[in-house]
Amino acid sequence: MAIGIEGDAKVWRRRTPLAQIAIWAAWLAGASIFLACWQLISEKTIWPFVLDAPAQAADLAARMVPPDWSFMAKLWRPLWETVNIATLGTAIGVLVAIPVAYCAARNTTPSAILARPLALFIIVSSRSINSLIWALMLVTIVGPGVLAGILAIGLRSIGFCAKLLYEAIEEIDASQVEAVRATGASNAQVTAYGIVPQVMPAFAGVLVFRWDINIRESTVLGLLRPWC
Amino acid sequence: MTAAAAVSRRWRPPPLIKRAWLRWLLGLGGVIYLGLAFGTTEVNWARVWEGLPRGARFIAAFFPPDFTSRWGEIVEGIAESIWMTVVSTVVGIAISIPVGIGAARNIAPAPVFYLCRAFLALSRSFQEVILAIFFVKLFGFGPFAGFVTLAFATIGFYGKLLAEDIEDMHPAQAEAVRATGAGFLQWINFGVQPQVMPRMIGLGLYRLDINFRESAVLGIVGAGGIGATLNTSFERYEFDSAAAILLIIIGLVMLAEYCSGYLREWVR
Repeated sequence: MAIGIEGDAKVWRRRTPLAQIAIWAAWLAGASIFLACWQLISEKTIWPFVLDAPAQAADLAARMVPPDWSFMAKLWRPLWETVNIATLGTAIGVLVAIPVAYCAARNTTPSAILARPLALFIIVSSRSINSLIWALMLVTIVGPGVLAGILAIGLRSIGFCAKLLYEAIEEIDASQVEAVRATGASNAQVTAYGIVPQVMPAFAGVLVFRWDINIRESTVLGLLRPWC
Repeated sequence: MTAAAAVSRRWRPPPLIKRAWLRWLLGLGGVIYLGLAFGTTEVNWARVWEGLPRGARFIAAFFPPDFTSRWGEIVEGIAESIWMTVVSTVVGIAISIPVGIGAARNIAPAPVFYLCRAFLALSRSFQEVILAIFFVKLFGFGPFAGFVTLAFATIGFYGKLLAEDIEDMHPAQAEAVRATGAGFLQWINFGVQPQVMPRMIGLGLYRLDINFRESAVLGIVGAGGIGATLNTSFERYEFDSAAAILLIIIGLVMLAEYCSGYLREWVR
């Protein structure tokens, strides 16, 4: 907060002059970056095609209405395959994600030096590559088809599920785990009765959420089929 | 009460689903579905077998990846992705601010609220790649279509979260500003904006991150960016160039995540 002088009256100002200049400079820098990027895009754009858009939209709309329902007969099988890709992919992703999450969570990891960084690396690399890129790789390796889709969705899901799951494991109530351990339970029993019931709701949520995302993702994976 | 009866009463964990018939029905349904799904999935094992050496070659291509032979195209593609990301995030957020304010129940009148909510729902309901195909048809090939796609997707994401954040704000502060006789814009600027700002800056950075990841695949359908280069190198089986591009993408995504985490800490 600062005080400015206007004539001989004191006026409330929100910021000191220096802060005002710094903010102004930050806005200037941001706006310049934006305009520079915009100019580079504009150079690469063929403007007549862009200006043509209303005509293209009208063409698209005219050809889309009415929808050709007789085509539905050919769609049932791809639809079934799409759902299968999403479900089986989610299943694979979750099955791999469980041990990864177990290794990545600070309170359950078997070794913080070896297993945890490895698990975190798996999570990051799975998350930073889009499922279309995974599919691009897998199509060249296992050939086009449902299998490539399932594996791509599965590989992509590992990171997401493992990340949310390991955060849930880290947030569990330690006193319950200790209570189970105090009864003389072995490590496996502690996991089964102390940890699993606590993360179960989060697990169910993650599973359904990822399945929902995967249905959308698997609808676009089919785009990669033509070229192989 | 005999000792034998006490021994046979062993404790069992309670089942997840209490009603027995529902438990069996769900289990049986699951098994039947999985059987059908596996049964109808056609896998060409001969082709998979044939592709395995190719997979090995692909993994081998990471050691070392070939940055040099397609360097020019890689740089151009990455630069294009970055421009698209920056411009689309800025434009998307700029448009989503009025839409988000309009979609907040405690600020906007009912007709505006329903209109803005409908618009947000519409822009969230399509996958980016499908939108990109649509916009490539409208605007022609190139980064402009990618820019429009990402900006459109940004509006849905950012507008919805902004609206929800405004709905969760503390009404007392906003009312105090209103009580001083502030006009609508002053009210938004001094009563509402300071409350939602820290979270919105964090979300803006997060969206920048998402837009960069998405811009890496839009090229596959012709909407500009690094995706086109990546697609070409896979098509020509130039795995060492593809490996180089993938490593650059992973590196940039991790850099963006690190920077945005740092910036978010700083804003808070």
